[in-house]
Amino acid sequence: MINTETNPARVIRVLVLAAWLVITVFPLYWITVTSLKEPGAIFSYPLTYWPEVFSLENYVGLFEKAQFGTYIGNSLLIATAAASVATLIAMLSAYVLARFEFRSKGALMMAFLVTQMIPAFIALGPLYLLMTQLKLVDNKFGLILIYIAICIPFCTVMLRGFFANVPDALEEAAMIDGCSRIGALFRVIVPVMKPGIVAAFIFNFVNCWNELFLSVTLMNRDQNKTIPTALNGFITSYNIDWGSMSAAAVLTIVPTMVLFAFASRYIVQGLTAGAVKG
Amino acid sequence: MTRTTIDLERPSSGTGAPGERPSDRAGAPRGSLGGSGRRRVFTTRKGVAILGFLAPAILFVSVFIYYPMISGSQMAFRNWNLTNLTDTSWVGLKNFEAIFANPVFYTVLGNTLLWVLGSIVPQLVIGFAIALWLRRRFRFRGVYQALIFFPWAISGFLIGILFRWMFNSEFGVVNDLLAKAGLIDSPIPWLAEPGTAMTAVIIANIWYGVTFFAIMILAALQSVPDELFEAAALDGAGKVRTLFQITIPYIRTTLALTILLRVIWIFNFPDIIWAMTGGGPANQTHIVTTWMINTTQRGDYGQASAIGLIVVAILLVFSAFYLMAIREKRDA
Repeated sequence: MINTETNPARVIRVLVLAAWLVITVFPLYWITVTSLKEPGAIFSYPLTYWPEVFSLENYVGLFEKAQFGTYIGNSLLIATAAASVATLIAMLSAYVLARFEFRSKGALMMAFLVTQMIPAFIALGPLYLLMTQLKLVDNKFGLILIYIAICIPFCTVMLRGFFANVPDALEEAAMIDGCSRIGALFRVIVPVMKPGIVAAFIFNFVNCWNELFLSVTLMNRDQNKTIPTALNGFITSYNIDWGSMSAAAVLTIVPTMVLFAFASRYIVQGLTAGAVKG
Repeated sequence: MTRTTIDLERPSSGTGAPGERPSDRAGAPRGSLGGSGRRRVFTTRKGVAILGFLAPAILFVSVFIYYPMISGSQMAFRNWNLTNLTDTSWVGLKNFEAIFANPVFYTVLGNTLLWVLGSIVPQLVIGFAIALWLRRRFRFRGVYQALIFFPWAISGFLIGILFRWMFNSEFGVVNDLLAKAGLIDSPIPWLAEPGTAMTAVIIANIWYGVTFFAIMILAALQSVPDELFEAAALDGAGKVRTLFQITIPYIRTTLALTILLRVIWIFNFPDIIWAMTGGGPANQTHIVTTWMINTTQRGDYGQASAIGLIVVAILLVFSAFYLMAIREKRDA
């Protein structure tokens, strides 16, 4: 690209980009600072933008007063299980959708895409009734099943884009060498696509880790609650304990940020692959 | 649930035969998958393999998404209230009539329109600007992109919580900064008043959504060949002209589809509002989906489903017109 930028233009560009960066990072900075203040200092004037005394009291309180350890464990278990299974299943369907032509293919893609557009909440009530019949209300396994289903459509679309970039010749060669199709998929294609698959897994994991409305509807007992469900419980009362809330928010956000930092490049590829080609 | 996947991984036990009915999917795919090693793949065999690979996905999506959705849709035409499950009779359009007769519905519709437009226009403009400026290489561009990417890792619900705290009337940082800048004399009770509450939730949503546009548009921009810009520069086209006559037309399809997806998505995005105001004060920040969740939680599944169907209808009509409009423009 020819460098046609004048100096004032450059200054404006740098300033605007810098301003947006500050705006983007500030809310996270603020919640972190809040969580590290002494509980009393959170509600005092004037506001301080740096803790006068650093304190982990809010964090300690989370584990002592609320069963935050249990919630973290539940969220970890449920998100890991659901994301793994969903990624595996989506891999199979994405592979077929990328490699084969068949009559109902368009309809199937449509059926997957439609799930992204219809408000999932229309299914909230009936899903509760279904889970009641299956005796899976307030049950981690039940929530995992639903999360798998929710992750599959988008994950399939995303992975399909990655598969389309891997040449057919690769698995054809493996199959001539005597590999079965599924063998070729796992031995030849998956290693090539590893970054994409990891990104898909992380995307699913973060979505399950963050999901609120289904878990609020389905999980009742403290021993089964995920982090978002517990946080939602924190706000139903009129007075939010912002000390605990800020600490809990930081603990919830940090793992997903770390994961996204690893995978962001591939997630972006996956998200943009479909649209840009169109 | 795990059984389906394990089955697929297990080496062939060879019970499947070509031409089996689709409903026999449990046994069929294994055999054909294992046996299709040579490239001589019959069409039916291929069909069975395709079905086998797709079966788990279809099973999960049908049982846990489509079944509840369809069964939810029929509830819209029934008297379906958790408080009185003895009478779940068909009532025709009564639920819809009740909604259309409810003044709150029109408030909610107006709010939704404001929420969608007020969020998407600034998201698009800021996102576009950032993408344009990010297209140029500079040191730390990768780091910059990673940093502005981070709102994505956070759930809408938590973003709502972050902003609820920042917009707190007494100890919120927004009021503090505005006061320090000399813009306000007394703290604004942001989330307690209708007008400001809507502004606050929309600001949170803009903050969240800019990244998405920036990333999608940046990806599209990178598909524009450099030669086009070079040619435009040689012809003496200014920056603004290049933008409107080359850049935007080139990425028009991506842009149009991104906007459509985003409209649908923001329409269906209750999380931020849920965490910040819960739809209050006095329903003034309820959008259709928060109102629907609220109705579900009250146990009135019939009315909630009717609201859901209304949402689907609105989005379908909107998408149809929108797609027609961009197609016409392309043909012209």
